[in-house]
Amino acid sequence: MSRLGPLFNTLRAENRRAVVPYLVAGDPDEALTVPLMHSLVEAGADIIEVGVPFSDPMSEGPTIQKGHERALEGGTSLLSTLALVKQFRETNTETPLVLMGYANPLERKGYAAVADACAEAGIDGLITVDLPPEEVAAMNAELQRQNIDNIFLISPTTSDERVATITAQASGFIYYVALKGVTGAGHLDTDAVEAHLATIRQHTNLPVAVGFGIKDADTAATVAGCADAVVVGSALVDLVANDLSSGGSHTSAISGAHSLISSIRNGVNLATSN
Amino acid sequence: MTIDINPDLYAQVPDEHGRFGIYGGKFVAETLMSALAELESLYNDLKDDPAFLREFDLDLAHYVGRPSPLYEAARWSDMIGGGRIYLKREDLNHTGAHKVNNTIGQALLAKYMGKKRVIAETGAGQHGVASATVAARLGLECHVFMGEEDVRRQALNVYRMKLLGAEVIPVTSGSKTLKDAMNEALRDWVTNVDNTFYIIGTVAGPHPYPMLVRDFQSVIGREARAQSLTMTGKLPDALVACVGGGSNAIGLFHPFLSDNEVAMYGVEAGGKGVETGEHAAPLSAGIPGVLHGNRTYLMQDENGQIMHTHSVSAGLDYPGVGPEHAWLKDIGRVNYVDATDTEALAAFHRVTRVEGIMPALETAHALAYAEKLAAEMTPDQHIIVNLSGRGDKDILTVAEIDGIDLGTR
Repeated sequence: MSRLGPLFNTLRAENRRAVVPYLVAGDPDEALTVPLMHSLVEAGADIIEVGVPFSDPMSEGPTIQKGHERALEGGTSLLSTLALVKQFRETNTETPLVLMGYANPLERKGYAAVADACAEAGIDGLITVDLPPEEVAAMNAELQRQNIDNIFLISPTTSDERVATITAQASGFIYYVALKGVTGAGHLDTDAVEAHLATIRQHTNLPVAVGFGIKDADTAATVAGCADAVVVGSALVDLVANDLSSGGSHTSAISGAHSLISSIRNGVNLATSN
Repeated sequence: MTIDINPDLYAQVPDEHGRFGIYGGKFVAETLMSALAELESLYNDLKDDPAFLREFDLDLAHYVGRPSPLYEAARWSDMIGGGRIYLKREDLNHTGAHKVNNTIGQALLAKYMGKKRVIAETGAGQHGVASATVAARLGLECHVFMGEEDVRRQALNVYRMKLLGAEVIPVTSGSKTLKDAMNEALRDWVTNVDNTFYIIGTVAGPHPYPMLVRDFQSVIGREARAQSLTMTGKLPDALVACVGGGSNAIGLFHPFLSDNEVAMYGVEAGGKGVETGEHAAPLSAGIPGVLHGNRTYLMQDENGQIMHTHSVSAGLDYPGVGPEHAWLKDIGRVNYVDATDTEALAAFHRVTRVEGIMPALETAHALAYAEKLAAEMTPDQHIIVNLSGRGDKDILTVAEIDGIDLGTR
């Protein structure tokens, strides 16, 4: 059973917003991933998005592309990502985990086998960037069989009609892509985000997470004014990579990541306490 | 080869979801779905519109120089001593390859949509040049994404694009070749979707691209079919074309698909030999999967990661292939074979010396296979080979392989 529904029920009851960090599994090596995940939870993460490395991550900006490349050099795959998730679950059975990735690694293993392996590892939801509603039926059936949420993206270019189609198939939460572009790009137009979220909420009661373009506590706090969850990806991947490439250790990278997510947690809390 | 397939089948693909059997589709991020829907709807309105077709045909006649000749390679055929080989001279098109047929068509679509900026991916640079050319003619801003490795080996085409006013953006991610250029073009399109038309150069990508590129390129096969009947009084016994993404091959094959007596051979890049793993032959050695918006045969590892490819020709150096080819392979209508780097280079030299026609290295793969095929045929039989492009762009590569220093590096 997915942990996402119960989590968002609790958060709503307490008028809190979720903080959702994103990392690439195995970036830059598999030894960092599980300790980093635990540290993110300690810093106040409610959900963790675990990126599955792919050779051709078409929606990622340069920062996350490099994360995928580093993870692939270390040999991380979908199966070894799920092994890391299992390891995380040995001491944390509470925090919802969402896999984010691309269709081909799932196709290669077969949708049924992927759904089974995700359920066994303790995955709560899947975001597959290049499986829009038109192409997702087969995958969705397998995920539903295992009670895993299928999380869809909605973008600034999604028509009202499509929003209705997408929300009808979605579960867990909706992921609103805050800008036209790749991950880590540009700066946010928060007024436009607010307007789009209002449209989405006319069609669904599902929680709405906002990602792409949230860099720090300030942008996270602004978005938390209208979203149920804020996703922080490139800023975190960048911070860890920079720390390690300038001679830092796993410990210092984890501590830097902890500070970033703590500060975002505080920003989000302040925004919702007013 | 005996083919017994219902001729009506070919008019039924792609279906309304853009699928060719299990292949094709629209596997892209949500941000692009509305742009694809807009393009599909516009194309459906225009594809049978007499005014649009007249404009397209006029451009092909007066700007591209169509029809391209069908030429009997008599001396080469005599030397082989088997079936007769006819060359469909797409190398004589404006800009020197078949690519321009498609960029003329897509630029017209961009004009109808009011887009002021076009982007394109390119491997050998022929599609980049053809895109930069139509952009110059229509006064559109043009950005061409090209793998860093290809920028190096196709320096002449890079300079041609710059002269035409296009900005060439070297792509440094991944394998630094065509697949990475396509990733980067898709990223640009997601970012600039409001004002940008993406001119995809081959019969791959998300629906409706494989369909509309096929339709624009099918002029090759329509002309060749009529020319064959005029010149020889019959249809060819076989068609041969090289296959990277597969646009020149689909363009030649498509109008003949219902002619069950015409055998077809798509020639992939065998690189150093398919058995070595260093090749670009997904139909010969790949597995179906999803990349760049469509389901098709891909060169991938057991974890679904796309593998690096190798070919002496930049234009064939791609790990996927158009979804219609994947389908034509599965139903058995087209035979997919390969030619190695060495075989292609030998054919390049032979046709240059024997016919005075210098083919592109991509095209040389088709010529290499045609030579083998002709040798097994009789003089009353004939083959049409799509001479998809001219080889000027490849002379630095050929010189380098032959150990000749032209003083350019």
